[in-house]
Order: sequence, then structure tokens, then C-alpha cells
Amino acid sequence: MISLKVNGVERQIDVDPDMPLLWALRDLLKLTGTKYGCGIAQCGACTVHLDGQPMRSCVMPVSAVGSAEIRTVEGLSGAAATHPVQQAWIELDVVQCGYCQSGQVMAAAALIEQNPAPTDADIDAAMNGNICRCGTYPRIRAAVKRAAEIKRAGTAA
Amino acid sequence: MSADGSTPAIGRRHFLIGAGVVAGGLAAGTLLRPYLVGGRGGAAPKEFKPHAFLRIADDDTVTVIIGKSEMGQGVYTGLPMILAEELDFDPQRLKVEIAPVDPVFNHPFLPAQFTGGSMSTNTTYESLRHVGAMARSMLVTAAAARWGVDASTLRTEAGKVIDTAGRELRYGELAESAAALPLPAKETIRLKDPKTFSYIGKPQKRLDSRVKVTGEAVFGIDVDLPGMLMATVARAPVFGASVKSFDDTRARSVPGVVDIKQVPSGVAVIAEHTWAALKGREALSVEWDDADGKKLSTEALRSEWQALAAKPGIVGQNIGDTAKALASGSRRIEVEYELPYLAHACMEPMNATALVKDDDCDLWLGTQSQSQDAQFVAAALGIDPKNVRVHTTFLGGGFGRRASADSDFAVEAAHVAKGVGKPVKVVWTREDDMRRGYYRPYSISKVRAAIGADGLPSAFHQVIVGKPVLANTAMGKMAVSKEGLDPSSVEGTANMAYPIPNLRVEVHNTTEAVPILWWRSVGHSINGFVANGVIDELAALAKRDPYEYRQAMLADKPRYRAVLDAAAELAGWGQPLPAGRHRGIALQESFGSIVAQVAEVSVTGKEVRVHRVSCTVDCGIAVNPDQVVAQMESAINYGLCAVLESEITIRDGVAVQGNFDSYPVLRMAAAPQIDVRIVNSDGPIGGIGEPGTPPIAPAVCGAIFAATSKRIRRLPLSASLS
Ligand code: FES
Ligand code: FES
Repeated sequence: MISLKVNGVERQIDVDPDMPLLWALRDLLKLTGTKYGCGIAQCGACTVHLDGQPMRSCVMPVSAVGSAEIRTVEGLSGAAATHPVQQAWIELDVVQCGYCQSGQVMAAAALIEQNPAPTDADIDAAMNGNICRCGTYPRIRAAVKRAAEIKRAGTAA
Repeated sequence: MSADGSTPAIGRRHFLIGAGVVAGGLAAGTLLRPYLVGGRGGAAPKEFKPHAFLRIADDDTVTVIIGKSEMGQGVYTGLPMILAEELDFDPQRLKVEIAPVDPVFNHPFLPAQFTGGSMSTNTTYESLRHVGAMARSMLVTAAAARWGVDASTLRTEAGKVIDTAGRELRYGELAESAAALPLPAKETIRLKDPKTFSYIGKPQKRLDSRVKVTGEAVFGIDVDLPGMLMATVARAPVFGASVKSFDDTRARSVPGVVDIKQVPSGVAVIAEHTWAALKGREALSVEWDDADGKKLSTEALRSEWQALAAKPGIVGQNIGDTAKALASGSRRIEVEYELPYLAHACMEPMNATALVKDDDCDLWLGTQSQSQDAQFVAAALGIDPKNVRVHTTFLGGGFGRRASADSDFAVEAAHVAKGVGKPVKVVWTREDDMRRGYYRPYSISKVRAAIGADGLPSAFHQVIVGKPVLANTAMGKMAVSKEGLDPSSVEGTANMAYPIPNLRVEVHNTTEAVPILWWRSVGHSINGFVANGVIDELAALAKRDPYEYRQAMLADKPRYRAVLDAAAELAGWGQPLPAGRHRGIALQESFGSIVAQVAEVSVTGKEVRVHRVSCTVDCGIAVNPDQVVAQMESAINYGLCAVLESEITIRDGVAVQGNFDSYPVLRMAAAPQIDVRIVNSDGPIGGIGEPGTPPIAPAVCGAIFAATSKRIRRLPLSASLS
């Protein structure tokens, strides 16, 4: 049995310790918001937070998670979509097919947590690992800045 | 926000309950459950259902049912908007439901439910307006009866009928009485004067954003059904090869593996979860019958095709006398263009879930071609197509790949699930997806062209070599002439916007074992590059500016001129640029829309950086202008991948590239600033998903020429500049 703390809830799963966290989340815990895109840490679709740090769940064996707290896109704000990144994404109509967007949102959420006012260069560095085949990059760039702004306004208030 | 002001109007269930799930007679309690997140409790409301596209409930819920697949292009927002316009209802309050497969949702030109060819808006515009207007008129009739007044004295606004005294009735309050009315005759239904539109033509936020930023949206790969098993398939790495024998002893001992069986496409490993299916597949040893296929390589094709391009082919266009004009032209060029195989590389790899029981099958998948999938699956299983129910999910990208030539991923899932008695989801890894093919065709063109005394093109003669797209699809092959001309092979030059007095386009159809398919903008992404590239070469030959040269060519085509001029203006063509930056320009008409782009590029050694793209488009009517902009951004970035680094090469019968490490695509740091301006004329509605792709490659290469005097005739640049 492996214990995982996912979105604030303790979960027990009986699996091969080598199983990547991605498949444990999707197939066993039914948290399908986290996506499979490449399986080799190239695309970012599987991005989740481990103790607040963005991680590629496709290359992280469940056994390596240990006691770290996992947050998936479902745990960002639930269905309400009230996280600043989600708000900015909705406001600027970022999504197209949407398949990469769970990963984009998680990468952006981690970025603005660490950097309250990311520059273009910061965004390039933090978001370059997240592929979007629909090419929503210009809107992601604008929305990361807008999300940081929403967050700053929220923190200030 | 919804009527109660609390939550956005669309929940997961509204996207994912295909009415077909219910109609299919399956136990609603089990199969529906996974999708009923946030579902409405209590008694079912009374509903007014004037048409398969629309339901109005007595609680004021207005649901639009959309038969087109949402793959990012915004059909779940743009199409409902059209109906809402005539209905007089705020689109943001609509609920959108994915349609079941039913002939009422068929494409008007094809006897099939199909999403592709950038035709979703222009082929449904009139019918959606009509349904909205019909429903509105019935609600007005119901209100008139209730108040005992003449219907002509009533007006509607944002979901209400209002009389001259200011009394109001909400649509929900009228739903039951409207439902009792007979449908009015089509001729009696009046459509709005477009000048009075409240929603069409004004930006409307996407209705599917919330479910796509919370992880709620269900794509094919996310489908979850009771008792479902997962599967992977070991497919032949060599194109055209088949299974000779296999040994599954080790694979069967992998924990979680449930069964292993041969299917027409390879050997399937069925397991309790994806990881076991992957480990099981790794433990398989399969011997392939692949001796013939191993001889195939891009290198070998290249020399064969170069020779073929020197010979006459099937004539696809012949205007004037090209041979004579070439002989008498004042100056000539003879050049060769080469474009690689390209994978669609949808962000969501292919997958499909099937449940097969006796003579009956349910399919859950993201697809662009529901009807064809049902037919091919029925044929594969030897059952009646009526007994195949297709449940459409969101599509994690399509770009043509999910309108498969032969419904490959749906059919394979049906074969894998046959005899299992439980739903089986076949998941493709990225490598499976990229190496299995269905590529944009590899293409080599020889072009001879000349300019006349006035410096403008006098002759253009192209011989194209490549595998024809439509001819290799079940749906498109009827478009091929008896001489073997596939219109998609020559589109983009045979019908180019630039008038050329002597134009001849010929084609050689090849038959290599590599599966090819329509790839966003089809022939235009290949021939648009050749056409605009050659125009640039002729402009240089005439020592003229590429923009001014195009202006001169398009002097008598005001609609095209307007798009071209607007792009030049948006880009500041002719105005100074920061040191090291250069511009290139291109214009291509495809799918009924005209797009011009100016790329601003710098070149440092072998490194090409695209800083900015200015894009203008005339698509006749832009229903949701911000999504037209979004599609231009998307199409440009998609096309840029093909310019910069993406290519599939074949060696020893195998695709060399298998994942994003070897098939690089555009990423954030390389993504340019994109400025889009819509310059609509009053032309007919054009497509918008694809037309933004063709101009970007020639615009970038024109800029590289301005920077380096090097002419790029082969893509990607990583192959050309190395
Ligand atoms: S799936 Fe993990 S990075 Fe692509
Ligand atoms: S929105 Fe489709 S891949 Fe990013």
C-alpha cells in the first residue's frame, strides 16, 4: 500500500511502486484533469504540484512522492475556478481544445506563487516546458501577467 | 454567469451527456453516472423542443445541441451564438450539449456527421438561425395567446417576450404552451436583418473555458466507465508490416494484465490500468513480417521523386500555353521545392473506448467523423451500423487526424473490445501516435516560371510528386477524377489567388506504404508555400519589392488587395525595423477565406527567430470575432512548427521521430507576437480553422531571404539551414 496526500485528502493505493504518479492519479484515483501528453517530461500536460513545486507526474514513480502534498488541477479551486490563474484564463479566452491547459494552469499557478510579477523572460523560462499544439501561447503569456495582477490585488485587499 | 448569478452556465454534464447514451438503451444509472457531475436534481422540467438543436425548459434553461466536434476551434460557442441571435437569448446563459449521432446533424454536403474542412460555421449558419427564429416566433405566438393580443405587437429581448404596455413573459414561462403549438411553415419565419444583430459579430466569451481550466472537461482519454479495462496495442514499427508470430508468456505474468490477443493492427494487451498495459506490451515479443517495408526511406523516395518531377504528370490545371510562355518569357527560373511528412501531433494522443456486446457496440471517443466511425466499426464487427452508437467527447486537438481515413483508432478499439464484454479503452502512447503515420504527405515540386516584359509572372509550370490525400480516404475518394486527379494535390497553386496568364499544374500520384491524411489546410499548406515562394522569386528576378509585386498582381482583385494592404499596413511594411530584423509577406486563399501575413524575422547564424506576425483575414462574416483571432493565432503557431523544426523522416521503413524530443514543436519562448486584424468584405462566410496556416511558411521564408539572400525551398528550416 502506498499512501498519497492528494488535494488535501489521504488516499491509499495498492500499486507497483514504479507506476508513474500520472497513471495512479488518472486510472486509480480517477483524477483525469491531469493529462498524458508524452510520458517523457517533454510536454508538461501532466504537471501537478508537489509541495507547491510544479512536477512532471509522468516521470515520477508513486514511490518517490513520499509525504509530499500533491495538488492537481481539480484541487486548485474545485469547480468554482476562482484561482487567479483560472480567472485570468477565462477572462482572456485562453483555451482552445483545452487538453494542455490543466498543465499550463498548474505551471502558471506555481510561477505566480513564486514570482508575483513575472516578466516575459520569466514566463518564457517557466512555461517553456508546456507544449500547446493549439498555439495559445500569446494568450497564455498575457493571462499569466493578468493572473499575477489579480493575485496581487487579492493579496493587497 | 447563470440565471441565478452563481456559477458559469456550463457544467460537465451539459457537454457530456450525449442524448445518444440514453437513446442507446443502456442502463442510464451506470453509464451516465460518470458524467452527471453537478447534474440537476429533482423532477425533469417541462420542455419546449421545437427542433433537435434546441430545448427550452420551464426553468428558463436554454440548451443548444451541437453536432460539430469541439477540437479547440470554438464551435461550442460560435454555433450556439448563431441560434441565440435569432432566439434573442444571451449566449452566455446557454447550455451546450454534445449531440448524439443522428442524420439531423449531418453535414449538408455529405451524408455524414463530420467536422472538418473549416466548414462548421458556413454550413450551419442558416439552419441555426432558422431554428432560433422559429422558436422565437412560437414563443411570441404563445405569449400573444396568453395575453389575447396580436403577435405583431410583441417584441423579444434577452429571453423574454414583451408587450407594448411593458408586460413581460420569460421564455421558460412560455415553454409549455409553445410546445403545444404546431411548427410554423418555413416560409413564414422571418430572419433578422443582420444590421440589427446583437450577438453575431461581437466578441463572445467561450462557453467551455471553465470546464477546461478545472480539469472537468472529459476528453476521450478521460472516459471512465464501470468495469472498464485499458489496453495498448503493439503495432508494426515498419509501415505495411504484419504480425508473423508473438510470444506473450512474460507479458501475461505482468501484474494487472488481463488478456493478450492478436488484432488486425497488431497485438493488444488488455489490463486493469494503463501502466500494466504498457508494462505488458514491453514484455511482449512480436516477430513482424516486414522484409518489404524495410526498404522504404525518405532518402530513396527523394531521388525517385526528383526524377519523376521531371516527367509530365496528370494535368490538374491548364490555363493559356505555359510551354510557349516559358520559351518566350524574358527571364526564367527552374526550382525544386520539398516539404516533409508531418505528424498532426494532437496534444491528446489517439484513443478510443469500445463496449462490444453480441451485435451491438458503444464507442466513446473524440472524433471528427462520427458517421464514418460507426460504419467502419459495424463493418469490422459484422453488425448493423444502426447498432453502433458513437458518444462524442471533447477532442484534444484534431487538425484532420481525428477524421481518420479509415476510422483506424475506432475500428481498432472495437477489435480489441470484441469478446471482452466490458468497456475497453485503447490508449496510444505519444510514440504510437507519432509513428503510426497519417501524415501530411511528403511532397516534391519542380517549378519552371517566367516573367514577362512588364516584370509580372507570365508562366508558372509546376509538377507535383506525392501521395494524394482525398484518394486515400473513404470520404474523399469520390472527389478524384477518372484520370486520377485528386483536387487536394493541386489546390493552392492550381487555384491560387494570383492571376497568372499561363498556368499549368501536373501531378504524379505516389503509393508508398506511409499512411497520409489531411493536415490542417491540406494541399494549401504545401502549395501555398510553393506558390508564394515562387512569386517571391519572380519578384526578386524583376527586382521588385515582394509586397508591391503582389499589389500589382492583385490590382484587379479588390477583395484580395484589401487583405494584402491591411497586412502591410498592420506590419508597417517599408518602415524601418530594429537592426537585424526583416520582413516577408504572403497571401493565400483557402476554405473561402483570404489571409495575408507579414512575418518579422531575424537570423543569427543558423538560428531563425520570428518576432512578430501581422495577420489579416477576410472571412466574410466573423460570427465570434475574438475566436477568429484565436484561430489565426493558432493556425500561425501550428504552421510555424512546420517551418522551424518539425519533420517526420522514414528510415528502414520506420518513422525516425517518435516524441517531442525528436519532433520539436513550437514552445512559449519561440512564440511570436501575433497581431490580427479582421478586414471582412461582404463576401460569403469563409472557414476559419485552417486558412491561417498556409501563409506563415512563405512569409517567414521571404523574411529570411530579405535577411540573408538565401532562398528557402525546403522545410523545415533545420533541414535547410544545416
Ligand atoms: S506527459 Fe508528462 S511531460 Fe508530457
Ligand atoms: S489548448 Fe489545445 S493543446 Fe493547448
